[in-house]
Amino acid sequence: MSDTATAHHEDGHKSLIIDNKKLLMWLFLGSDCMFFGTLISTHLIYRKINPTEIDPTVNLFSLELTSFSTFILLMSSFLMALAVSAMHKGQIKSFRRNVIGVIFFGLIFLGCQVYEFTEFVHLGLKLDTGTFGSTFYLMTGTHGVHVAIGIFWLICMYFYSYTGKMDAHESAVDVEVAGLYWHFVDIVWIIIFTVVYLIEFIGK
Amino acid sequence: MSTTVTETHETSTHYGSHVLKPERSNLGLMRPDHGKSVLIDWLTTVDHKKIGIMYGVIALFFLLVGGVEALVIRTQLAFPENDLISAQRYNQLFTMHGTTMIFLAIMPLNAAFFNFLVPLQIGARDVAFPRINSFSLWAFVAGALVINFGWFLQLLEVMGLFTASGPTAGMNDLVPSMGWFGYAPITGIEFTGAGTDFWIMGLQILGIASLSAAMNFVVTIINMRAVGMKMMRLPVFTWMTLIVSLLIVFAFPAITIALAELMFDRVFGTNFFVTAGGGQPILWQHLFWIFGHPEVYILVLPAMGIVSEVLPAFSKKPLFGYAIVVFSGAVIGFLGFAVWSHHMFTTGLGKVATAAFSLLTMAIAVPTGVKIFNWVGTLWGGRVRFSAPMIFALGFVWMFMMGGFSGIMHSSAPADAQQQDSYFVIAHFHYVAIGGIFLAVVSGIYFWLPKICGKMWKGNLSLWVAIFSTVGLNVTFFPMHFLGLLGMPRRTHTYLEGFGWETYNLVCTIGAYILAFGIFLLVVDIIRCLRSGEPAGDDPWDARTLEWTTTSPPQVYNFARNPIIPARDALWEHKHGPENRKITYEPDDGHGIHMPSQSWMPMIASLGFVPLGLGLSMMQAGVAYMGYVAIFGLLMISLGVALWALEGPGGYHLHPEEEN
Repeated sequence: MSDTATAHHEDGHKSLIIDNKKLLMWLFLGSDCMFFGTLISTHLIYRKINPTEIDPTVNLFSLELTSFSTFILLMSSFLMALAVSAMHKGQIKSFRRNVIGVIFFGLIFLGCQVYEFTEFVHLGLKLDTGTFGSTFYLMTGTHGVHVAIGIFWLICMYFYSYTGKMDAHESAVDVEVAGLYWHFVDIVWIIIFTVVYLIEFIGK
Repeated sequence: MSTTVTETHETSTHYGSHVLKPERSNLGLMRPDHGKSVLIDWLTTVDHKKIGIMYGVIALFFLLVGGVEALVIRTQLAFPENDLISAQRYNQLFTMHGTTMIFLAIMPLNAAFFNFLVPLQIGARDVAFPRINSFSLWAFVAGALVINFGWFLQLLEVMGLFTASGPTAGMNDLVPSMGWFGYAPITGIEFTGAGTDFWIMGLQILGIASLSAAMNFVVTIINMRAVGMKMMRLPVFTWMTLIVSLLIVFAFPAITIALAELMFDRVFGTNFFVTAGGGQPILWQHLFWIFGHPEVYILVLPAMGIVSEVLPAFSKKPLFGYAIVVFSGAVIGFLGFAVWSHHMFTTGLGKVATAAFSLLTMAIAVPTGVKIFNWVGTLWGGRVRFSAPMIFALGFVWMFMMGGFSGIMHSSAPADAQQQDSYFVIAHFHYVAIGGIFLAVVSGIYFWLPKICGKMWKGNLSLWVAIFSTVGLNVTFFPMHFLGLLGMPRRTHTYLEGFGWETYNLVCTIGAYILAFGIFLLVVDIIRCLRSGEPAGDDPWDARTLEWTTTSPPQVYNFARNPIIPARDALWEHKHGPENRKITYEPDDGHGIHMPSQSWMPMIASLGFVPLGLGLSMMQAGVAYMGYVAIFGLLMISLGVALWALEGPGGYHLHPEEEN
């Protein structure tokens, strides 16, 4: 994880404004905005075109469950911020504690999503159920994959911290980059929660 | 090469040693540095120059492949009711011609120039992430293999050794055959066979390659500039690279998602583009062109960058209106996201949308016109030398303008409704693609190949290349304007006598062979230069930018000491400017030059896309065990990435002996 191209080029680095890896992550997140933008707008457009696809009398979404998982994901972002701050101060134990918290909360969120998906399938919403099933599962599924990748990344970091190769100077950037990713995934969820879930409750 | 080397972990007092020993990575494996095998050296390289050369060679190969496909298409159309090839084969050829030229020829040719030139032009020793750069190259190779693999299966099918079963049973179009923009619903599982799946997987992999390369270049250009190389001192080619990279970062996600949705439709039975399930095929057109129109500028802006370097060098004048040229490029990039629906005027967008996209399309002609004005302004009053690169650059300005004029005609929606899907459109974008991009790329090859290989061109063959390719492209594509206005639809396998199309088609076909002969001469000229060119020297053209201060070919570390840039057109000012504008160099700190270690891991990770892509596609054609092959590919990618992360960056120090 401590591999950085920055080290190769210390000598040629006078125009540095923002760390290479951080800039790369910002670019990726910009690109990712377009990924989710495409997915979410596909969903919203089809929701408008095919409004009667799902039975409006059936309450598909559970406000309680999804609010709970949204809250959990928000809190995981809070712990992630604490982990980044701990790494900056070189407090490796505090870093580990917080990262374990993020991983745990992320897993709870994924668990909620798995539970939710099974519920929906039982209620009759399948991948090939009109366009709603298609757009909903691809969009939330892509988000779930993002969360899963983030969890995997943090698990790797957690174990890597035991090799003794992490230090406040070099690894803080790596942790910060993971943090940027995690916060972004969280923000995307808040948008999905608002325009996909909450919007269904208007007038109900 | 007069360099001595010490390993990182050794002290730098080891100056006299010439011993190059590979080091062990953090995993305990030997790094492929300083090996004797040339093959391993190229496969594992992280040197931007070698990666650029590989991009260029592979892209030129695919340029020839796409050219042969075009020749077969033109031969089929030479006479009415010709039956050289079947209609299905014809569909496959025009689909693969478009896909190959755009994704496997022009984009990687541009990437070749980006890779070789950008670090040299900004005074850096490599790109920001050398191993990601290697990953991008090999992912591009993987995508090219996957997208072309259908030809092999199709050959087996023709020989009677293979028939499609499984989800696409009975559909034996194993090469993509639905046109390079793959409109729904023809890409649906009930209409086309496994060829579409190869196309989906191949494009998806090429997208990953382009995205990773683009992000790498943005970071490189923003962060790796030498001291004094301010943004407004960057060579225009580097500026265009930055804009193109940002376009890729923001435009490719649209097609990535569109391809993912299409894949889900075909594999898992979703309804994104399936009318029976409530889906709307028009969604594909929107998503595709939201990517596809920025893609047009992704292709052409590097060409404009090349020309903006060549014209000043051979006019002995600075580029006229540097800031305006840069700004126009940025405006083109920005507006490029706002004109996608001009590809869809005939789909019934509604009056307001049509008018808006029509106006925006006309608006985008303004910055393009400004650029042409500035190029002409550069020539004005300059001491023009008609060397090979200059001839092609001038050809670009003229021919690109012709393509631009027919482009403006398309921007008017009522006119476009007449021209839609006719040969007029073919004429338009081939003038832009061949008259514009191809001529600029050839200009770039003539300009920079002496720097790349260290050898100078021989004789005047370049003039014949220019004559045959320019005459050929005009004879081929100018009559297509008339063909289009006479109503000949594009993508037509053959036609009947009596529409007045016979003569024009025959002329087009003859032109295509003239153009092909021009390209053949270009290949001959390149081989002659490589085999028996005289040494080029550092600055054979009396050029202006930083890459010409390095040796030809440049040393692996590019610059022995980091340059300090006093002005725009740094080398020109250094040679001919006042005393206070000389390029100076940072003092040697005695630690030597830190070079990144070579690595197998990016190649292993990216070549894992081959079994993944082929496995998923061939599953659709009912080939046994392909699910396992796909899983193997996924494991290979994961393993490659994991080992990549764990092996550590490594590196070693070089000590070039000072010559001056």
